[in-house]
Amino acid sequence: MTEIFYTKDHEWIKVNGIEGVVGITPYASEQLGDIVFVELPQKGISFEQGKDVAVIESVKAASEIYSPASGEIIETNALLEENPEIINDDPLNAGWLYKIKIMNKEDLKNLMNEEDYNKLIGV
Amino acid sequence: MRYLPLTNEDRKNMRGVIGIDDVNELFSNVPRSVSLDPTFNLPNHKTEMEVGRILSGIANKNINSNQAPFFLGAGAYKHHIPATVDHIIQRSEFLTSYTPYQPEISQGTLQYLFEFQTQVSLMTGMDVSNASMYDGSTSSAEAVSMAKRITKRNKVVLSPTLHPQYAEVIKTLISADEDSIDYKFSEDFDVTSLISKIDEDVSCVVVQNPDFFGSCHTLEKLADHIHSKGALLVVVVNEIVSLGMMKSPGAMGADIVACEGQSLGNPLNFGGPYIGLMSTKDKYVRQLPGRIVGETNDMNGEKGFVLTLATREQHIRREKATSNICTNSGLCSLAFTIHLTLLGEVGFKKLSKLNHEAAIKLYNKLNGLEGFAVKNKSFFNEFTVKLPINASVFVEKMAEKGVLAGVPVSRLENQDDSFSNLLLVASSEINSDSDREDFIKLAKEVCYE
Amino acid sequence: MNSNRGLDHDEKLLFEVGDVNRTGVDLSEPENLNHMIGDSFSDSEIGLAGLSEPETVRHYVRLSRKNYSIDAGLYPLGSCTMKHNPRLNEKMARLEGFSEIHPLQPISTCQGALELIDLISSWLKELTGMAAVTMAPKAGAQGELCGMMAIKQALLNKNESHRKIVLVPDSAHGTNPATAAFLGFEVKTIKSNNSGLIDFDDFKENIDENFAGVMITNPNTCGLFEADIVKISDLTHKSGGYLYCDGANFNAVVGKLKPGDLGIDAMHINLHKTFSTPHGGGGPGSGPVVFSERLEKFCPAPLIENDKGEYDLIENLHEESLVNSFGRLNVFHGQMGMFVRAMSYMLSHGADGLKRVSEDAVLNANYLRASLSDRLTPAFEGYCMHEILFNDDFLKGTGVETLDFAKAMIDEGYHPMTIYFPLVIHGALLVEPTETESKQSLDHFISTLRDLVDKLKKDSESFKAAPVFTPIRRLDETQAARKPILRWKEEPLIAV
Repeated sequence: MTEIFYTKDHEWIKVNGIEGVVGITPYASEQLGDIVFVELPQKGISFEQGKDVAVIESVKAASEIYSPASGEIIETNALLEENPEIINDDPLNAGWLYKIKIMNKEDLKNLMNEEDYNKLIGV
Repeated sequence: MRYLPLTNEDRKNMRGVIGIDDVNELFSNVPRSVSLDPTFNLPNHKTEMEVGRILSGIANKNINSNQAPFFLGAGAYKHHIPATVDHIIQRSEFLTSYTPYQPEISQGTLQYLFEFQTQVSLMTGMDVSNASMYDGSTSSAEAVSMAKRITKRNKVVLSPTLHPQYAEVIKTLISADEDSIDYKFSEDFDVTSLISKIDEDVSCVVVQNPDFFGSCHTLEKLADHIHSKGALLVVVVNEIVSLGMMKSPGAMGADIVACEGQSLGNPLNFGGPYIGLMSTKDKYVRQLPGRIVGETNDMNGEKGFVLTLATREQHIRREKATSNICTNSGLCSLAFTIHLTLLGEVGFKKLSKLNHEAAIKLYNKLNGLEGFAVKNKSFFNEFTVKLPINASVFVEKMAEKGVLAGVPVSRLENQDDSFSNLLLVASSEINSDSDREDFIKLAKEVCYE
Repeated sequence: MNSNRGLDHDEKLLFEVGDVNRTGVDLSEPENLNHMIGDSFSDSEIGLAGLSEPETVRHYVRLSRKNYSIDAGLYPLGSCTMKHNPRLNEKMARLEGFSEIHPLQPISTCQGALELIDLISSWLKELTGMAAVTMAPKAGAQGELCGMMAIKQALLNKNESHRKIVLVPDSAHGTNPATAAFLGFEVKTIKSNNSGLIDFDDFKENIDENFAGVMITNPNTCGLFEADIVKISDLTHKSGGYLYCDGANFNAVVGKLKPGDLGIDAMHINLHKTFSTPHGGGGPGSGPVVFSERLEKFCPAPLIENDKGEYDLIENLHEESLVNSFGRLNVFHGQMGMFVRAMSYMLSHGADGLKRVSEDAVLNANYLRASLSDRLTPAFEGYCMHEILFNDDFLKGTGVETLDFAKAMIDEGYHPMTIYFPLVIHGALLVEPTETESKQSLDHFISTLRDLVDKLKKDSESFKAAPVFTPIRRLDETQAARKPILRWKEEPLIAV
């Protein structure tokens, strides 16, 4: 069963077992504007929760993406290299950034559910 | 006052509209403890004529390079600048325009910068270039910073024959990060020794070519070793005209190139403003600091140019910016590009040859002179001469006799006596046969009288 | 039909009109001596396009005509101080005694150059009331770096490098926190209050034993003089920190007060703003930094010493006067060409003229404020200094954004004002007329803006479409960043 969690920095993580898929929320995508470039981490590298993992650049801003949970990168979204705009079009699905093998499921306890996240962004 | 259009009538009128009696009411936020309208120990305004007299008077206290046979280099070179260049850069639309942030009304600036970027890429044999930086020394520091970001490594190896002030600048700007920089100034450019310094922690090796002493080097073997260790080769070029007769840094394996572009379009100006060039490979373009111009289309599909990749700049990335620099050398880059356009391929190569031949002619004369020895096996337009006397003394005495003979190495490195008799002598197309004859004749007098 | 329109000429790229065989310079013929380059010799084609002299002139003149410039019209750019660039400055900079001297000539042959640098140094110290100055930084951003490096060095010198926290107001220009972070400081933001000034209590609360210093801009980026500045500097010093002042807005107070009296420790000055050196389409600039006594000995190389009219240049970091220096920012001695221009400007104005400069600059901005505040919405109450900050309240309900309003100004013959800065004000519009605008020029600007605001209700569509009178309209910056084309490349020959 897949659960989705959110961070205060507007990332989401969809968790299925010990695998997580990470992306940014529609709110973040809108704030950034047209995305022009994504710098993704390398496979095999591990990150602690809260560490900056990736960078998303738009015309007017560049945003660090912080790891929602500690884990090892197992896959990155290769399509984003040629077509970063996929994130703008579909931030919750096709615009996923990378997949991790979650090292510590306790990390997820620090994250928000959809209701709390929506409260954060004033929806 | 000639630059202030408001008349007293205007001011009175405007105060009325604002609703004040005295302009000091607008400064009411200034704390009471701070004096408004303090006395300054400075003269009052002057007419154009008076200003002209004062500044001409000061300027006349210098001996300039048009007044004497001239042989100085060491990072700044004298070349003939065609009259057209200075004329065009003084056009209002170039001289007095702002940074091209509103592209619809800055296509002039943006297009010439795009052309400039192309020229720099071609000359350095690289894929892409930025729209210029302050000068060769800060470009070099930025290149090191860039190499560290790309490789995620901390150590830096500087060639021993890198210009000492360039090394100081790199240390000042990079040591901001508290890192280890390997640099020991010496005449010996030894590839084997350099290779031995490269380990898995080294981000880049910085090599000046032609080097500080004027020697020309092939870098392919060094580049291969550097790359095999996962590090980058940064090549620094001080005399851009050398690229007309030498393999480009790109062709020799450079990953990042940092140059001083002053030789084209820009007079000596006592050290500034100059122009830093920076170029690299396509794969590193998002790590390239400074302004960059890119081509795009407008809403009607018309081709145009804009400043792009700006999100690397510090006013947007803030803490994660690729660099502190947010300006380019503007008018200096225009002067550079106009000069290079006037030269074209044919002219640039010819200019390069003339420079090299001027150096060869002086070399031949100097090597025939008792007690003088040119130390270089190779050179472009600058070489190092071992003199029979102290080089600083030599240069002073030559100046008294009316020749600006070169730069003593000790001017840049005065801690080590072993350099005290070494003189850097640069030649260029501006030197005539009689300049060279004067040099030789007076050099003999200075040393042997 | 070609794409020329009257006096607007289309001009292709240099590489499309020139070629490797054309040249506009006559050079003597080389003798083809045996070269002494060694193995790095090469004669392969570089690909540099050339043009004859007439073609070169035409190419660049046509390009120039696509640019707006201060000579042609007002630039109301907040914090840029786009004032008139006097031509006397250009003439003086071209005196051969200044432009044709090499930085490493024997000191005895360039006493005039050192005298000039010493002269501008003493003017800057006198105008700011500060103890020392470095002329080394080549631009404002580098000046900022210089000031903060001196502070870092000062802390290191006292063994207080644990002081890592630098406070920066939320209204600051992005370069401020970037510079501090670049140097390894930890940046904390302090809030502005409802009057657009630093919240002194928030400032006080953020000070602890790790306080290194604070970076302020004064007048600040909202165009207001920081009334608490002396309180701020006092507390900064009592708490063991340093006060850095971003001098971008010096034009508001030059000749009117001494920044040194405010208790600052370092301030960079933009010669290309306050002192009229030309913007040149993006540079070159010059950013000297004045220092208080507390920071004087940390100045970067080089220094000029004046011994009764005999000048010396102290360049080597081993020399005694530089023993505490934080190092060297650039090769050689700074932007001499810009020093001459700025000196020409300073001599022309004198103390009385410079006082007029700041008074007229502040008067002009307030005249704009008074004449526009019923149409545009000033962000703060009360008088402003040399620039006036508006928010986008006046655009509410029109469907027009700040960006569209700015583009519409282009059609009216004006370069837009600074927009979306400072970030603390929504849809900000920051207007700085400078003192070199006449009342007629300001009146025309005022009536244009008033008309534009009135047009918002009647024809908001036209704002979205603007500009319409320029040959190029609303370039796609997203495309430029996604698929960067950063140079001309030769088209590969297509096999037919």
